Amino acid sequence: MTREHIQSTIFELLKKTAPETDPHSLRPDENIREALNIDSFDALQFLVALNEKLGIDIPEEDYSKTTTLGSLTDYLEQRSR
Amino acid sequence: MNATEKKAAYNLADYNSERTSFSWKNIESKLELGKTKGGYNIAHLAVDRHANTSLKSTLAFRFIQKDRSPQDYSYSRLKEETSRFANVLRSLGIQKGETVFSLAGRIPALYITALGTLKTTAVFCPLFSVFGPEPVFQRLHKGEAKILVTTSALYEKTVKQLEERLPFLRYIILSDLEEHQSGKVLSWSRLMKEASSDFKIPPTSPEDPALLHFTSGTTGMPKGTLHVHKAVLTHYITGKFVLDFHQGDLFWCTADPGWVTGTSYGIIAPLVNGVTSIIDQEEFDAMRWYAILEEQKVNIWYTAPTAIRRLMRMEIKPREKFNLGALRVILSVGEPLSAEAVLWGEHSFGIPILDNWWQTETGGIMIANYPSMPVRPGSMGKPLPGIEAALAEVTEDGLNFIKEPGKQGHLLLKKGFPSLFRDYLHEEERYHKCFTGEWYLTGDLAKKDSDGYFWFIGRADDIIKTSGHMVGPFEVESTLMRHPAIAEAAVIGKPEASIGELVKAFVVLKPGEPTNEEMKLDIIGFARKHMGPAVAPKEIEFIASVPKTRSGKILRRLLKARELGLPEGDTSTLEQT
Repeated sequence: MTREHIQSTIFELLKKTAPETDPHSLRPDENIREALNIDSFDALQFLVALNEKLGIDIPEEDYSKTTTLGSLTDYLEQRSR
Repeated sequence: MNATEKKAAYNLADYNSERTSFSWKNIESKLELGKTKGGYNIAHLAVDRHANTSLKSTLAFRFIQKDRSPQDYSYSRLKEETSRFANVLRSLGIQKGETVFSLAGRIPALYITALGTLKTTAVFCPLFSVFGPEPVFQRLHKGEAKILVTTSALYEKTVKQLEERLPFLRYIILSDLEEHQSGKVLSWSRLMKEASSDFKIPPTSPEDPALLHFTSGTTGMPKGTLHVHKAVLTHYITGKFVLDFHQGDLFWCTADPGWVTGTSYGIIAPLVNGVTSIIDQEEFDAMRWYAILEEQKVNIWYTAPTAIRRLMRMEIKPREKFNLGALRVILSVGEPLSAEAVLWGEHSFGIPILDNWWQTETGGIMIANYPSMPVRPGSMGKPLPGIEAALAEVTEDGLNFIKEPGKQGHLLLKKGFPSLFRDYLHEEERYHKCFTGEWYLTGDLAKKDSDGYFWFIGRADDIIKTSGHMVGPFEVESTLMRHPAIAEAAVIGKPEASIGELVKAFVVLKPGEPTNEEMKLDIIGFARKHMGPAVAPKEIEFIASVPKTRSGKILRRLLKARELGLPEGDTSTLEQT
């Protein structure tokens, strides 16, 4: 799975969660939830959808590793290997 | 310590005997209310009273910053800072009874604003920082906000666009601004630097207004629920009896002060009892929360079912991974805690999670499971000493009280306890509608078993309870109606396992508008932009018409029954279209 594929899936799902925002404008170190105004329910739905779409399991214990675009992409890339 | 000794060590050792002997007058004497001129002032009881005793160096607040480093405020520092802010308000011309609002995350300025405002006898009203511009406008407008304390980011994102519509708003103080921006937009640090740390709390009467909390109704816009300084008696005694505060305790209430729990128990109750409060500035994160419980050696933890359900999803055994030996009491509020969650607590922490029940209108905990009392998993518990609760059928002729165990009815509380709300701001009729004789009608349905434990059933009206917060369908429908493609909207709470209910909107589009996925996303985006994620619908369904009564009232219960596949009930008043 390429990094590009992971990021485009992230953008696609974030756009569904917060349609009024532009996920492409996220900086790699920016907190996704704060930047896109995503509450904890939507954040959970987003991670579950990512899991379904990419087939990568993201246990609750690891949620703190998924807070920024950069860390989330790194995490998923590592888990997909 | 054996079981009997353990029970005796609780502040409420014997529920039945305390209930018999309890009197609010005794609590007033214990707190020496009225002995000094400012004696009844919540901020006097919460802060200044302790800052002059051996508690002065004790921590009042420990903020856990996002990087997990602590920022500490002793009682003595908190006294100085809140006095400074009280002087700031004086210098800005704030008068008794005028309203000061906050719109911020859990930053020190919010807490200083709350207590500093109370010192001046002005009224404090917190707003949830996740609210979008529309809910913020409704509340600032109805509450006639004179001053708003917020951050630069929230000012730019949410408040700036509303300024012209808020003629009462005199000043906006930004917590992170170095210098004043204009005559109206001021710098917190500049104002605080120039203010004295000496402030004499003016005479405060028990019935002086103190706190304003907005809560949602079925019809109309949010209601401004007004509480008085005397409410502090409930904060104090529930801190003793339910949260079981003892000197030296570390307490963590995870609620945000934007909601009543985060003010009554995130600010006032622990301070009045002289204990230390932990405030985490980050949002929910399971591993972070366990780490905080361990690192800070939290003794008492007051949280919510939404968070507990998230922790239950994890496979880890908390006591094997973390040292949680300091944890003595765990409590939950916001929505009913399932029996399964209570038992999970017992299994995971060695103590059951104690559920309790109250509302914005009651200002403090009313019905609770107490540490010393056997817990019935899934039950709300028993009424606080000093509180009389009853169940009744509400009819046009009055109340038919229910005596038989297990029968469902409207949950009522007898008037006269200190923290019962005194008004819905500018809506006297709406306020009076909540009372029949000497009883306050809570709007909740419950039943009582033969041993006196209460069991929550649900709301008697259409108010949505999502993630422990109330959302009024009318408020959401009104905003949705402003979307250019929407002709009509009806909003319900759809049961959802992790947050209780989610906000679901049924919409009728204008002729020719496409009922496709893009439209759904466009509506969700529109709603999020105007209302914020805490209020905006999470789900949209297109329908051909909104069911209404012949008098034009939206039949939300019918939509809900259809959603759940339940019988539609009495539809005799349904408008025929």
